[in-house]
Amino acid sequence: MQGLIELLQQYNVLAAFWMTIRLTLLSALGALVIGTVIAVMRVSPVPSLQRFGVAYVTLIRNTPLTLIVTFCVLGLYLFMNMRLLPSTVDPKAQLFLWAVVALSGYHATFVAEGIRSGINTVPSGQAEAARAIGLTFGQSLTQVVLPQAMRGAITPLGNTFIALTKNTTVVAAVGVAEASYLMKNMIEFSPQHLYAIFFLMALGFVILTLPVGLLFSWASTKWQVQR
Amino acid sequence: MSAREREATVLFDAPGPRGILRNRIIGIVGIVLIVALVAGLGWGLRAQLTGAKWSPFLRGDTWLAYLLPGIINTLQAAAMSVVTASLLGLALALGRMSFSRAVSWVSTVIIEFFRAVPVLMMMLFVYFMTIFAPFIADLFPGPMVQIKPLVAVVAGLTFYNSAIIAELLRSGVNSLPRGQTEAGLGIGLNIGQTRWLILLPQAITAMLPALVSQLVVIVKDSALGYIISYPELLRSSQTLASRWSNSIAAFLVAAVLFIIINYSLTRLAGYLEGRSRSRQAGRPLQLEALNMEDHLHNQEVPLTE
Repeated sequence: MQGLIELLQQYNVLAAFWMTIRLTLLSALGALVIGTVIAVMRVSPVPSLQRFGVAYVTLIRNTPLTLIVTFCVLGLYLFMNMRLLPSTVDPKAQLFLWAVVALSGYHATFVAEGIRSGINTVPSGQAEAARAIGLTFGQSLTQVVLPQAMRGAITPLGNTFIALTKNTTVVAAVGVAEASYLMKNMIEFSPQHLYAIFFLMALGFVILTLPVGLLFSWASTKWQVQR
Repeated sequence: MSAREREATVLFDAPGPRGILRNRIIGIVGIVLIVALVAGLGWGLRAQLTGAKWSPFLRGDTWLAYLLPGIINTLQAAAMSVVTASLLGLALALGRMSFSRAVSWVSTVIIEFFRAVPVLMMMLFVYFMTIFAPFIADLFPGPMVQIKPLVAVVAGLTFYNSAIIAELLRSGVNSLPRGQTEAGLGIGLNIGQTRWLILLPQAITAMLPALVSQLVVIVKDSALGYIISYPELLRSSQTLASRWSNSIAAFLVAAVLFIIINYSLTRLAGYLEGRSRSRQAGRPLQLEALNMEDHLHNQEVPLTE
C-alpha cells in the first residue's frame, strides 16, 4: 500500500490514462467515419467500389496493428518525414495524430464488418418496401436501412470500441506516452514494485472497459429494433 | 458470398442504361481518387521504392538470415500459445461451469480480468517478471536468457486467448440442444459425466473453426513481441532494414507475408466451418463477435430447442 502511494506520487498515472482516453475517443471517431464509408462502398451498386471495400477490409484486417502503427510512425513520419500537420506544430502532436490515423484505419475494418452485420439484421422486406415506394439507393440506405442497421450493430461496435481501448497500448511501440508506455518506464525505474505497478495499470483498464461494456449492452437492448 | 450478393442487390434495383452509366462514372471517379491517393503516397516514398531497395529481397541470405527465421518465430509463438491457451481455456471453462460457487466465481473473475487487460500489458508484465522478479528470474540461467521474450509473448497471448477459448467452450456447451443433456441424464450418467462425455466433446468440435479464426488474432498479436525484442517477423524485417536501409520496403514485405499467413488461416477456418455445418450436432459456433477481435461481450448464445 505504501508502495502504491509512492508510485502515484512519483508518476503521473492519470495523465497516461488521459492520453489513452484521448487516443481511444479520437480513433473511435475516425474508425466510425472510415468504417461507415467502407461499409457503404461494400453494399453500393458500384462494382469497383465494392471491390475496393472488400480489398481494404481483407488487407488491413490481416495485417498486425503493430506493423501498421510502426509503418505509419517510424516509416512515414520519422523515416520519411511525412507530416499530417504543418511543420510548425509540436512533434508530439504530429506523433499523436499519426497514431490516431493508424488506429482509425485499422479499426475501421472492424467497424465496417460490424455495420455490415447490422445491415444483415435488417429484413429484406424493409429495403424492398423502400424501393417499392420509389426511394433511390442513397435514400433507402440513409432513410431506411442504415438507421436500423446502426441499432443492430451496437453490440459489434461496442466490442470494437473495447478492443480499440485496449489496442491503444500498441502505440507504446512508437513512444506515445500512454498507459502501457508509462507502465514500462515505471517498472524499469522501480522494479521492486513490479506487481503493484501491473495491478495498478491493469485496474485502470478494467475501470475503463467494464462500464463501457455494460453501457453498450444496455444500449443494444434499449435501441433494439422490435420485430 | 451469395448472401452478400443478395443483400447488396436488395438495396437497389437492377440498374437500367442510365443507372449503369451513372454507376460507371461514380466507379471511375472513385477509382481515380483511390489511385491518386496511392500514387501520391508512392510519389512521397519514391526514394524508398527504387529497385536498389527491393534487390535485397532477391538474395537468398536475406531470406535465410532474417525473414524465414522471423516467420518461424512468429508461427512458433502462435502455435505454442494456441496449445497452452486451449488447455488453460478448458480449465477456466470447466471452472466457470463448476457447481462450486467459489470455483465458478474465481474462474469468472480470472476470465473477465484477462479479457479486460491489454495483451501488451500482460506481455510486458511477464517479460519484466522474468527479469526482475526474485525467483522467476532465476529460472533462466546462462543462455536461457534468450528465451525470455518468447516466454513473455507466449504467456501474454495465452492469458488473453484462454479467456476467449473458455467463453467459446461455455457458449458451445450452452448452445447444444437440451435433448443432449436430457439423453445423458436419461441413460443414468450424472451431470458431471454428461458434461464431460457428451457436451464437451461436441462443444470442442464445434469450436474448431472459431479456434482457427482465433489463430489469426494470435498471429497478429504475436507481432507485439516487436516491443520486447522477440525476433518475430516484424522485428526481423526491421533488423534487415537497418542493414540495407530499406525500412519502407521491409515493412511492405513483412505486411505481405503476414497477410498471406492470415489469409490462408481465414480460408482454412471457412473450409472447416463449411465442412462441419453439414453435421447435425456440434454445429460450428456463429461468433461474429469473435471476428470483431473482442468476443462475446454480453452476447449469450441462447439454448436452441
